[in-house]
Amino acid sequence: MKRCTKLVDVGRRQFLRGSAFAAAGAAAAATMPTEAKATPAAARVDYPSNRLGNVSDLALNEPLDVAYPDDEAPGVLVKLGSPVEGGVGPDGDIVGFTTVCPHKGFPLSYNADDRTFNCPGHYSRFDPEQGGQQIWGQSTMNLPQYVLRVDDKGDIYAEGVDELLYGRLSNVL
Amino acid sequence: MAFKSQTDRLPIVPANARKQNVTCNFCIVGCGYHAYSWPVNKQGGTASSANAFGVDLSEQQPAETDAWYAPSMYNIVKQNGKDVHLAIKPDHACVVNSGLGSVRGARMAELNYSEARSTQQQRLTDPMVWRYGQMQPTSWDDALDLVAQVTAQVIAEQGEDGLFVSAFDHGGAGGGYENTWGTGKLYFGAMKIKNIRIHNRPAYNSEVHATRDMGVGELNNCYEDAELADTIVAIGTNPLETQTNYFLNHWVPNLRGSTVSKKNEQLPGEPHESAKIIIIDPRRTVTVNACEVEAGKENVLHLALNSGTDLALFNALFTYIADQGWIDRDFIDNSTVREGKARPALYPARGESEANPGHLTSFEDALEGNRTSIQDAADITGLNPEDIVKAAEWIAKPKEDGKRRRTMLGYEKGIIWGNDNYRTNGALVNIALATGNIGRPGGGVVRLGGHQEGYVRPSDAHVGRPAAYIDKLLIAGEGGVHHIWACDHYKTTLNADKFKSVYKKRTDMVKDAMNSVPAGDREALIGAIMGAIRQGGLFAVDVDIVPTKIGQACHVWLPAATAGEMNLTSMNGERRMRLTERYMDPPGQAMPDCLVAARIANHMERVLRDMGKGDYADQFKGFDWQTEEDAFMDGYHGNAGGGEFVTYDALREMGTNGFQEPATALQDGKIVGTKRLYTEGVFSTDDGKARFIDAPWRGLEAPGKKEEKEKFTFLINNGRANQVWQNAYLDQESDFVMDRWPYPFIEMNPGDMAEVGVKEGDLVEVYNDNGATQAMVYPTPTARKGETFMLFAFPTGVQGNVVSDGVNELIIPNYKQTWGNIRKISDKPKSVRHLSFKSKEYTG
Ligand code: SF4
Ligand code: FES
Repeated sequence: MKRCTKLVDVGRRQFLRGSAFAAAGAAAAATMPTEAKATPAAARVDYPSNRLGNVSDLALNEPLDVAYPDDEAPGVLVKLGSPVEGGVGPDGDIVGFTTVCPHKGFPLSYNADDRTFNCPGHYSRFDPEQGGQQIWGQSTMNLPQYVLRVDDKGDIYAEGVDELLYGRLSNVL
Repeated sequence: MAFKSQTDRLPIVPANARKQNVTCNFCIVGCGYHAYSWPVNKQGGTASSANAFGVDLSEQQPAETDAWYAPSMYNIVKQNGKDVHLAIKPDHACVVNSGLGSVRGARMAELNYSEARSTQQQRLTDPMVWRYGQMQPTSWDDALDLVAQVTAQVIAEQGEDGLFVSAFDHGGAGGGYENTWGTGKLYFGAMKIKNIRIHNRPAYNSEVHATRDMGVGELNNCYEDAELADTIVAIGTNPLETQTNYFLNHWVPNLRGSTVSKKNEQLPGEPHESAKIIIIDPRRTVTVNACEVEAGKENVLHLALNSGTDLALFNALFTYIADQGWIDRDFIDNSTVREGKARPALYPARGESEANPGHLTSFEDALEGNRTSIQDAADITGLNPEDIVKAAEWIAKPKEDGKRRRTMLGYEKGIIWGNDNYRTNGALVNIALATGNIGRPGGGVVRLGGHQEGYVRPSDAHVGRPAAYIDKLLIAGEGGVHHIWACDHYKTTLNADKFKSVYKKRTDMVKDAMNSVPAGDREALIGAIMGAIRQGGLFAVDVDIVPTKIGQACHVWLPAATAGEMNLTSMNGERRMRLTERYMDPPGQAMPDCLVAARIANHMERVLRDMGKGDYADQFKGFDWQTEEDAFMDGYHGNAGGGEFVTYDALREMGTNGFQEPATALQDGKIVGTKRLYTEGVFSTDDGKARFIDAPWRGLEAPGKKEEKEKFTFLINNGRANQVWQNAYLDQESDFVMDRWPYPFIEMNPGDMAEVGVKEGDLVEVYNDNGATQAMVYPTPTARKGETFMLFAFPTGVQGNVVSDGVNELIIPNYKQTWGNIRKISDKPKSVRHLSFKSKEYTG
């Protein structure tokens, strides 16, 4: 799967600021005293609402490369063709997933023939038609899926993720 | 939708977190981990100086990072009564797994008992006894007194043969050197219990008697040999799912060719290339697919033989290799017996004796006895003759410059729980002996293993061979009291339907008797129990960490601690011994099994003395251990070969890499181990010479199997799945696992599904004359017609219900050769509707 250069709407800097809340600890407070004092830590990370694309950008069963919640977190949007749970858009068939394998962080590739994500690391497979369920594999979680919203113009926004992303101890850095 | 935990962040492990050694307590591989713990009101920070990983955690970490852990690796547990954060992370410096965690082991932390996070609330926290019609908590003293009184009375009336025991014999969770010694000293030291069985088989026997009788201990090589081999032969094993990180970290690099430089370095003077692999298994597993992906199809030979015909294949390979002259003549001359023995009178139908069902002899005699043509083997196994020849070439045809091929043969339950266990196991070892592939780099003929090992007990010689068939005796009404240690026969025995129905009746008689007297009147209670036992009742005591299915029939539950809640030692499939340090408190009043055994012994001594049996009571002395370390020093340190060099302090020092048994010295505080066995060509027999086995093919050997095959339509092959550890005793409370497998899957060919009239996810009944069970249909186009594969030992559908009681001469069960019919029960229930039924095979 080729990485597309589509930019996310909001730059990474903004999320780095959020990391002070995310880490919510004495050590973080020591490095960023002003912000930590100014705002009490939230119980959950604040996810950005990022525009990842428009429904018109999506061709059936062709993954569109995106990144969420920041540009170091690659993922895809896929229009599956039939409605699925968690799917959005006019047909309820658009889903978004991270493409970083939750086992050891290898990049997943999409197999359009059987609509699966496959990991070259240790052969894990995930099913985007079933909420990213691990069909078989070494990951101890199912594939993190985006919480998506589509506005009147057909713009697709990601506004959350339902599992911890690989390689970060806070989904929003 | 698929289960999601909605975790959006995890606490950062602080720089000063406590770090302890952990060996994964699940499968044989024994991957190295570290347990990090720190006070619940503290956390680390993203700055590299503020966390245990020493890196800037405000950055995205790369693939294979050491500076990340998954939600499954986290929990909040008690340490000395206080809540602490716990992260159990794979160790990148451990030579076994190099930082890999599998889908089982990487869930160790979340499978721990946590009050704060409500995980494993099923764990037993207090001794429980049958009182007022249900299990009720009581004190250790009360429960142990009841156990000792009934046990002592049964022994007084029936002798020690009236005490039946089911006990683990392995390492890892529910085992380990401390606990096998504790139970061993009680039943084989203080007593001489004969009616005893092991967790997964109905007798007290080896799963691999043949290789041992031939002088070849079954764990004879090291994991590095899989990196050095020219050819790996995998028989009846699916290592990607059952020895996961051994396969991923040691086989795959060789299949990819990335160990060629290591081969050149360690084994100069011969040509080296990437490995070829032969997989002998009736089923196309995910292992076969992964090997094709890594090695290329041209280097993978999958011999999908007819179920149970391995012996014919091995004999044909042995014959062909010998006829081609590809044997290691020096090795045969120097290390194996050269004098043949006359065949036993009734051979091949009967062996030398009841205890020795084979004929152990010289190479030449074995060759004569086993002689099988390629064509005959092809007819029996259903394989192409060319593929059998190709396998022989890959195993033994010398390399270009005439150098011997280095071939490692790894086997597991496919032949252990398969047809004619003794001869099949031996016939495989014949090939390794003939080609000199034992004790040499890149060789070995080894069990790949299920659990880790951890066996040290007083002699079991009094048990005898063949050992008593315990399940049959229990079904026949024998015995008065049954002690069960970390076994759940309701899920993991053969002929399980029958076993359960009789067991329930017998234990219910005792429950009814107990209901008839006030629980507080001990004398009346014992009297009522003994009365029921005299009528055929059975008093059952279950020592376990969770309430098991067989526990539902028991009268006393004694809560045990598991690895990490106690210090625990085990060894893995290359005999690598490590100490898992105690990193948390056991739940409630739970204690290590070794200490439970010691306290039973203490109470037995007291009760027997009260009964006026002073001499017998004296046999129960020597159980004054206060800690698991006391049991370790008494057991392993005092009794195991090389044990004198091994202490907890030395093991702590050796970290997650430990040493390979046997220990041979202690140098500068470090234990010196043994990388491979038999490197000098001296084997484990009285004369040091290995034996060949004369083991001709004799069809389906266990009584009744041939008739079952003729009568029923489908092979009900069975085995393990990647996500599930053992009988799911912990996984049954894992949302992640139970979301994926609410019911055991049965893989079926789509054509068979159409004939039976079932769809994906349908619940079906699997039945035959032994019983019935249920499973969930998983369409599997690669499954051969008429051959299904069902998940074994799962709580929501027990495959053992349909396995017959037919065993081999040494009471080894034959789970794999089971035939049954299949009919629909219902459409997908709700818990199944969201499941994926796509192929399990990686597609790239
Ligand atoms: S491969 Fe086995 S030992 Fe290693 S982490 Fe997995 S279950 Fe544990
Ligand atoms: S990194 Fe994806 S399976 Fe291991």
